[in-house]
Amino acid sequence: MDQQQQNLYRFLVGLGDDSVVLSHRLSEWCSNAPYLEEDLALSNVALDYIGRARMFYQYAAEIEGKGRTEDDIAYLRDEREFTNLLIHELPINDFAFTMLRQFFVDVFYCNYLEELCKSSDERIAAIAAKAVKESRYHLKRSEPWIRQLAEGTDESRRRIENALAELENFLGELFEMPAWEVELAEQGIAVDRKALKANWDEYVQQFLKASDIDFAESRLLVQGGREGIHTEHLGHMLSDMQYVQRAYPGQQW
Amino acid sequence: MSPSEKVIPTLNPVYAARLNHRNNSPHQKIWEILDNVFDPELPGLTIWDLGILQDVQLVEGEDSSDSIWRIVVTPTYSGCPAVETINQDIVTTLNDAGYLDVKVDLVLSPAWSTEMVSPAGKAHLKSINIAPPNEQDQVCCPKCESENTKIISQFGSTACKAFYQCNDCFETFDYFKHF
Repeated sequence: MDQQQQNLYRFLVGLGDDSVVLSHRLSEWCSNAPYLEEDLALSNVALDYIGRARMFYQYAAEIEGKGRTEDDIAYLRDEREFTNLLIHELPINDFAFTMLRQFFVDVFYCNYLEELCKSSDERIAAIAAKAVKESRYHLKRSEPWIRQLAEGTDESRRRIENALAELENFLGELFEMPAWEVELAEQGIAVDRKALKANWDEYVQQFLKASDIDFAESRLLVQGGREGIHTEHLGHMLSDMQYVQRAYPGQQW
Repeated sequence: MSPSEKVIPTLNPVYAARLNHRNNSPHQKIWEILDNVFDPELPGLTIWDLGILQDVQLVEGEDSSDSIWRIVVTPTYSGCPAVETINQDIVTTLNDAGYLDVKVDLVLSPAWSTEMVSPAGKAHLKSINIAPPNEQDQVCCPKCESENTKIISQFGSTACKAFYQCNDCFETFDYFKHF
């Protein structure tokens, strides 16, 4: 791979990692959600993210050209090789936390993927066109939940506030770009994340204000995901997610 | 004349383009054979009517024995687990009809949309108690046709459906989401 291909590979694997990690977190609600409809909904959102991860990984594997598959990328890399942004890997905690994270990333992806549809790389644009529709639908579900939880009981309000206090630490990283991503953005392949921040801040601020929650802006407090520096949670998650392939290499259905 | 008779029935342009492409294809026989491939999760709905079957091409090799049939499909949802079953069904159905060299290609562009669903497909969905996709998300009860319906869950039995209930006849049903 030349430098250009290497940048593209990192970019695709990063987006794939974001998706697969969040997907696994969401799937942890399967059979544990508050009620049956929520169980189905969270599992279906997880499925959408799996589909997204597969599309990015498949393309990454082709760019790499070493004969590795999407499964190798997902199941046979260690924690430090995963480059997802940290917000995706945080444990599901309670339902309020899961939904608030989902609301934050849904708002982000609706915007980000819409821009990515304009990528000069046709395949990336096609993936984004597919995924942005799904994120718009996810947002239609996460918004009423935030409203309901924030304005529901004292208990649900307290939980939303706790979730916000924790999640605030990880919002700024969504708008950070390493040098190679800046390069790709300049070539029209990637999206300038920094340019999305103002819109995101305003949208979230307005939305939360209507439920009487003060939110000023996203600030960069913790970062490292794209460099493979993670919270203490990712390793534990991977030991669960990768267990079968690690214990029985090459195992198939 | 009742008001409903005054409306000139029209095809939506996305489906019309698909139909036109199919009708002008030189491989009518293959398209017809593929009308026997059904979505595994939506009983009786063909992949043509669902809108995921996009193209049939004959890729010629150096001599005629190297030629292969390339069948192009686009997935409904990116994580749709039915895709692999559908691919296998396409290959098996064509093999059974004597076409042995078949390759199924999954394309992301054009992205599938509910506008690709055929009118017959929408009618079939209704007959199996699934409200067909509606551009304005105006969901009608497939049993009593009432527009007075409410959403129970944004996701139903599969990623492509939402769960609804009719406020008039109380029937619960899946709605094939407009996408």
